Amino acid sequence: MVIILFASLVAGCKSGGSKAPKEDEALSVPKDNSVVMKDIQQAKKIFDALPSPLESAMLIKSAGARFDQTLLNPVGNVNNYVTNKSMALNLGIYTCDLSFASLYEQTQLIIDYMNAARKMADGLGILKAIDQSTIDELEQNINNTEVIMKVVSETFMNSNSYLEDNGQPAVAAMVLVGGWFEGLYISTQLVDMNDFNGNKLVGRIIDQKLSIDILINLLSQNKGNPAVDELLVQVNKLKTVFDKITISTSRVRPEYDKISNTTVLKSEVKTDMTPAVFKELAASVAEIRSTFVK
Amino acid sequence: MRILKITPIIALLILGISANVDAQCKAFAKKVCLPELGTYTHDGNYHAAILVEGEEAELYKTFYSDMEYRVAICGEDQLPKVEFKVLDSNKNVLYSNKDSDYSRTWDFKLQSSQQLKLVVKVLSFNKPEDTPASGCVSIMFGFKVKK
Repeated sequence: MVIILFASLVAGCKSGGSKAPKEDEALSVPKDNSVVMKDIQQAKKIFDALPSPLESAMLIKSAGARFDQTLLNPVGNVNNYVTNKSMALNLGIYTCDLSFASLYEQTQLIIDYMNAARKMADGLGILKAIDQSTIDELEQNINNTEVIMKVVSETFMNSNSYLEDNGQPAVAAMVLVGGWFEGLYISTQLVDMNDFNGNKLVGRIIDQKLSIDILINLLSQNKGNPAVDELLVQVNKLKTVFDKITISTSRVRPEYDKISNTTVLKSEVKTDMTPAVFKELAASVAEIRSTFVK
Repeated sequence: MRILKITPIIALLILGISANVDAQCKAFAKKVCLPELGTYTHDGNYHAAILVEGEEAELYKTFYSDMEYRVAICGEDQLPKVEFKVLDSNKNVLYSNKDSDYSRTWDFKLQSSQQLKLVVKVLSFNKPEDTPASGCVSIMFGFKVKK
């Protein structure tokens, strides 16, 4: 019983999860089962889920944005990244670029960016996350977007789960942060200021305000790690810009649609980002991202 | 001295158990939970942990108005049923799988983007004399662009 409980408690700190403050109390194992059960019930695991690079890229495409290769981090930069921090951030960045290229059917870029992501994963010691068979599968299905997205999703999950399972949650968090920033960077660069009001892409950028606290919580779980502490300073700076945007939402009303077996969460939202705040946000994102890709 | 000798052995044992449990959890997530996403594209994120009966987990995520989502929450066979609830930022319950016979999946879309909270709870067998059951619980998200 002690082994089961201990394995549970050790494993519970992984997989992107964190423990609520009650975790220390749960580490002792009283003899009485009712006490054990009470402790277990108090020990909540918390997951902070950022949009994945694939989801970020999909949001950009669904907003009707065009593809622009010049916005991606050039694959020629791969040899610049030698620290765990730079490799983790750029694994997220290259995976986002790869997803972006995949959704716009940029066949040669797909292979190039998968190789760049592979180099980052190899550098981080992530075994078998992306191997030659992954590249071969991409080459064989280069015109099949569905298969390519499946491969990108699988390789990202392999990398992420490997890091979580091998006691590197800080590195796993940095991968997610890199991907999130790349999606935000590409989005902000693609906004046409002559078409600002009612622009769908601007709406998706405003939505990222909803994720900034999740991002900060994710990094805060690894406070004390110097690389994470540096990132927290940068992300908190970005948050001060997001704080200038207001999002007000009406009460959410779930409505079940029998035909599609889907629940629609109905609500109205009002937002207010001025072009000036947008420019400040875009500049802040570009500045932070430039420190990641240099 | 004896403690000094035993400590590394215990540490290795714990690490061994932990690594094995994690690998088992990942395999379960890929083999059992991923197929539950069906035609939805898995976002690539990995959320899984070993939970003991009675234990809860929470997940915070932003969902976007352009997408249709499926959430799949799966527990290993040795566990009791897994209940999950979805709450908005004002703590209103928007969905509970208790009303759908503890279904593993829920399909939804949003009129406007929202940060939602998922509360996942492994129910109890209510046998206080037994060792509490433990097993992997995996949370996965799939999406497709709204039609």
